[in-house]
Amino acid sequence: MGTAAYLWSVRSQMAQGLVITLEATGAGMAIALTVGLGIAVIRVLKLPGLSQVARFYILFFRNTPLLVQLYVWYYVLPQYGIVLSAFLVGVVGLGIQFSAYTAEVYRAGLEQVPRGQWEAGSALGLRTAAILRSIIIPQAFRPIVPGLGNYLISMFKDSAYLSVVTVFELLGTTEQLAASSFRYTALFTLLGVIYFSLSYPASVCVRVLERRAARGRQNALRS
Amino acid sequence: MLSDPNTFTSPPGRGAAVALEDVHKRYGEKVVLDGLSLTVASGEKVAIIGPSGSGKSTVLRCVMALEEPEKGRIHVGDNWIGFGSDRGDGSRRSRNAEIIKLRGAVGFVFQQFNLFPHMTALRNVSLALRRVRGINGTDAAALAEGALREVGLGDKLAAYPQQLSGGEQQRVAIARACVLQPQVMLFDEVTSALDPELVGEVLGVIRRLAEVGGMTMVIVTHEMEFARRIADRVIFMEKGSIVEEGSPERIFGDPIEVRTRQFLRAVSER
Repeated sequence: MGTAAYLWSVRSQMAQGLVITLEATGAGMAIALTVGLGIAVIRVLKLPGLSQVARFYILFFRNTPLLVQLYVWYYVLPQYGIVLSAFLVGVVGLGIQFSAYTAEVYRAGLEQVPRGQWEAGSALGLRTAAILRSIIIPQAFRPIVPGLGNYLISMFKDSAYLSVVTVFELLGTTEQLAASSFRYTALFTLLGVIYFSLSYPASVCVRVLERRAARGRQNALRS
Repeated sequence: MLSDPNTFTSPPGRGAAVALEDVHKRYGEKVVLDGLSLTVASGEKVAIIGPSGSGKSTVLRCVMALEEPEKGRIHVGDNWIGFGSDRGDGSRRSRNAEIIKLRGAVGFVFQQFNLFPHMTALRNVSLALRRVRGINGTDAAALAEGALREVGLGDKLAAYPQQLSGGEQQRVAIARACVLQPQVMLFDEVTSALDPELVGEVLGVIRRLAEVGGMTMVIVTHEMEFARRIADRVIFMEKGSIVEEGSPERIFGDPIEVRTRQFLRAVSER
């Protein structure tokens, strides 16, 4: 069988792998966006006690390798009776790791909202939660969308690590196919092309958003 | 210096809308309010003038609980909160509730407008109606529209702040505060950030508000002519204390204190 014919014959397995990669990235990002926002809000509000915990959380997850975290989630936790499916471990692992990064992006966004916005909300009698939800977070979000987009792309690529905890995403599927067909060159070339053809357009989108955000800032300054 | 809460002078008399009692506030080493006491009667219009750094804006910010004094009490209507040694023993939670209650009776207009840039004029004005007063969206929008008409912006409901002139933005900010019908309105140098040709429209709106009725107003301003025309009482502040107060005629016509004279002369020469 020729190379092209072989690759064509494994298209459904590869597509299945891509679906799992995209699902893991999507679910992981959902966790990273939610948990990261919570952590950032705790830090910005300087809630006593909790703020220190949040600081340590960020330090810890930014300074340990994702691979090690995944091993711990997958191989160590079951020894304490916590058994998660491989996919769930992957999603939670990605989400938690990246929440430490998104938290810092959010924090930068939250802190660049002028103090007058908090004061205007307070003067209207709004409580802290309402000020955050209606006034601060919507303004913090727009300028940081590119930053979050960059982490989405990183996460898409880092999802390859999930293959080590037996998730058959793109890399896992490719390895499995290669192990039986020995067509390493063809399969891994295809794998590279798939990652690139999704990552690169996404990074172009992020750059467009960045430029637009910069323009928005200039307009805001001018007014 | 008063330290025992029991030695406080009698609480501000009935009819007082706002009172500060022996309020001390410092930023780091700098004393901004030096044991300031001030009572504003219900319906009274008070203008506070003085050089920058005299603490006049801080008076307003303390009333709104945007600043936390080291010591003293702030009364609004029948409610009050104490600070430092005058602080009650309420929990953090109950104290926050008191602050929210206090703020509910006061409206504040900022020098820099502080409109919410991601909301239309209408939503800027209706936000607190919905989120604080719990009024449903339709009714809140109708009330907000009415408030914007009052300040002459009935045709700008859907405009975003960056599409409005400074004067229009400040009028939206006034509508945003007024729509909650506060007992007291605080104006913090509301024309200082405006181009000169836009000052008039904002002062006009405030003057109309003052004429309509019994709203208590405390106005920090550099516009002496405006202060003279609108205020029942003018207060001259310097270095965190009240130097002199009286009717506009007397303060502007025949000030007693040397420092008041110096200030007014310097301002008129500008």
